[in-house]
Amino acid sequence: MDKRNLKWTGAALASVIALWAGSAAADDIRFMCAADGNECATLEALFARYEKDNPGTHVVIDVVGYKAILENLPVQLAGGTGPDMALVTDFGGLAKYFLDLTPYVDANYWNTNFGNTLRWSRTGPDDKGIYGMNIQLTITGAYINKTLFEQAGVAVPGEKATWDEWAEASRQVAKATGVPFPMAMDRSGHRIAGPAISNGAKIFDDAGNPILVDAPFADFMGKFVNWNKDGTMAKDVWAGIGGTSYQDAAQEFINAQLVFYYSGSWQVQRLDKAIGDSFDWEVVGSPCGPAACSGMPGGSGLVGFKQTKNPEAVAKLINYIAQKDNYAEFIGKTRNVPAHEGVAKEGVAYTDASQNVAKALKGWNAQIAKLSPIAYSYQGYKNSRTMYNITVQRVTQAIVGEMSIDEAMEKAKQDVEAAIQSAGK
Amino acid sequence: MTAVLNAIMNIIEIPMRFAQRRLGLRRIAWVFLLPNLILFGIFAFLPVILNVIYALTGTDQVMLNDRTFVGFDNFITLATCTNHLDPNTCTQDLFWRAIYNSLWFVTLQVGFMVGLSLVTAIVLNGKIRARGFFRSVFFFPVLLSPVVVALIWKWILQREGLLNAGMDAFGLTPYNWLLDRNWAFIWSIFLSVWAHMGFYTLILLAGLQAIPRDVYDAALMDAATPFRTFRRITLPLLMPTMIVVLLLALIKGVQTFDEVYAFTGGGPGSATTFIIQYIYETGFAGTPRLFGLAAAASILLAIVLIGLTLIQLSVTRNKADG
Repeated sequence: MDKRNLKWTGAALASVIALWAGSAAADDIRFMCAADGNECATLEALFARYEKDNPGTHVVIDVVGYKAILENLPVQLAGGTGPDMALVTDFGGLAKYFLDLTPYVDANYWNTNFGNTLRWSRTGPDDKGIYGMNIQLTITGAYINKTLFEQAGVAVPGEKATWDEWAEASRQVAKATGVPFPMAMDRSGHRIAGPAISNGAKIFDDAGNPILVDAPFADFMGKFVNWNKDGTMAKDVWAGIGGTSYQDAAQEFINAQLVFYYSGSWQVQRLDKAIGDSFDWEVVGSPCGPAACSGMPGGSGLVGFKQTKNPEAVAKLINYIAQKDNYAEFIGKTRNVPAHEGVAKEGVAYTDASQNVAKALKGWNAQIAKLSPIAYSYQGYKNSRTMYNITVQRVTQAIVGEMSIDEAMEKAKQDVEAAIQSAGK
Repeated sequence: MTAVLNAIMNIIEIPMRFAQRRLGLRRIAWVFLLPNLILFGIFAFLPVILNVIYALTGTDQVMLNDRTFVGFDNFITLATCTNHLDPNTCTQDLFWRAIYNSLWFVTLQVGFMVGLSLVTAIVLNGKIRARGFFRSVFFFPVLLSPVVVALIWKWILQREGLLNAGMDAFGLTPYNWLLDRNWAFIWSIFLSVWAHMGFYTLILLAGLQAIPRDVYDAALMDAATPFRTFRRITLPLLMPTMIVVLLLALIKGVQTFDEVYAFTGGGPGSATTFIIQYIYETGFAGTPRLFGLAAAASILLAIVLIGLTLIQLSVTRNKADG
């Protein structure tokens, strides 16, 4: 080995050792994030501020598709290779992996401000842990194209209007204006759960066991299937895809091809940006049924995972976002409905929000009081996502004619029983 | 650059020399084979064993120590039906729908694929103008990613797609092709044939070009008609290649997933859900994640594919033997 080679060999060895040492010393918090709007970017900015005040902490954000949160994250967590924290929506399904923040945070502050949603991430009624917070509260409900109503000369149904009344009015508007779709609902078991509950569906039996299908549930599903068949509902949304894949109808609404769009509060920003001044739209919430006028609550939760090597750093970071000022800033910038009761009580300053957005968010805030307790229980149930998927699969099969609605409901019942047997109650 | 490479080689040389001194020349061969054996073991052999273990265990847990042994329960669940011809009577009705869809798909797709590939290969083997260009045109879709293929045809066939715009321009009533179960299935076959035909055409073209010219000259001297020449000379001499193409198309057909999944998502309903999609959704996309059921279904699929592969190997060997 000549002198020159020896020098290069030494340099190569030194580089390898430096790289190895560097990777071993890294103390990053990995955060997996997926969002419809600017939630990930806003969190990144807040994290950057936290990092400045806490030089020992470095947050690495992995922005992924929502599908990765639903499909990849559970497998990663089960295999022990998940991130340190993430923005999740399947609270019940992932609850067993959540890091309990109680030792590191002011439990009283958390219980006072997040009391309504904390239970969603708990494993059962005896669990009093604090596992993270809802970074927003979402509510399902409807938007209407008000301009189309005006053009058609059809009166907008009132606050207590039923699903049938909305269907009739939407059909009239579509007919008068030549719009192809009177109504549309996102292809999601979560979205259709609100109308079913309003129709009287109990979802659970008296002992608290999940049943999903009862007479009011089947009744609304039958109505929904018929609306898809007779053209009241945009069939493309539910029948245009297979399996349990999610599909929304926002683009149809944005393109003014839809009169009544049942989705949720998280669409406000997207609609405002895409529609602009093209037409007037407004939030009308959830139509009424015999039992309620309820949508479904939901939202993403910022949670830590107990497999993290830095539990204290993760807990402190989540706690930082949970503080009133930071939380209000986040909600203001992302234009969401707050899940933090203190922030909700004081009202949020929606940064640079247009008049439309401010009005829409006010509309969504007014829907909170109408949410049925069943809706809260269903959303917080650990197998809720399973039941949502079963609903989507079976109702779609009835829409496309693979089975009758009665057969679909019978299959849905069997699916729930089998799923609970596999996953546990 | 050379100096850097020399430095790296010097670093590698130290343990190699040491190993050769300790193990001797015969055993050092195994050391060189070891990386490949380890990779094969981890990425090919171990997954097969894991798949069998998952198929024999239950619950939605992914870690093996959290799973419970259930024997052949997963296979029994898949097979349980009151009437196997009516998927609605089966415990796993979606599995049976996927089986029937796959059977229909493979039968029709392979039939069209081989037939059209043969016709195209014969045409491209003839003396036509711009032959090179047409050969490239038919092969081009093979180079496209399955997702690109799916998106192209989705844009053409969707409600406000190119086809409906064309129909509208000609005064015809537009049709929502992908919302109709039968049409969605037919278009899935079409898309699959369009995407893969070039590959099989190329194989058949090579087979046609391997037929000796003098056999055709003899037929010409005997005043054989073109049809008789095709039936008595081309087809028998091309048969070994045809069988290979048929089996390759069958294997590929059974494995169909990506392009149809991106095209229709398996819908409308489950009209274009094939067996691989069932496995994927049961094991990964659905909740609870029924890894055992998915693994059992994949073992059944593997048995079918192994059978087809063995036939293909035997045919190829016979062809090679003469």
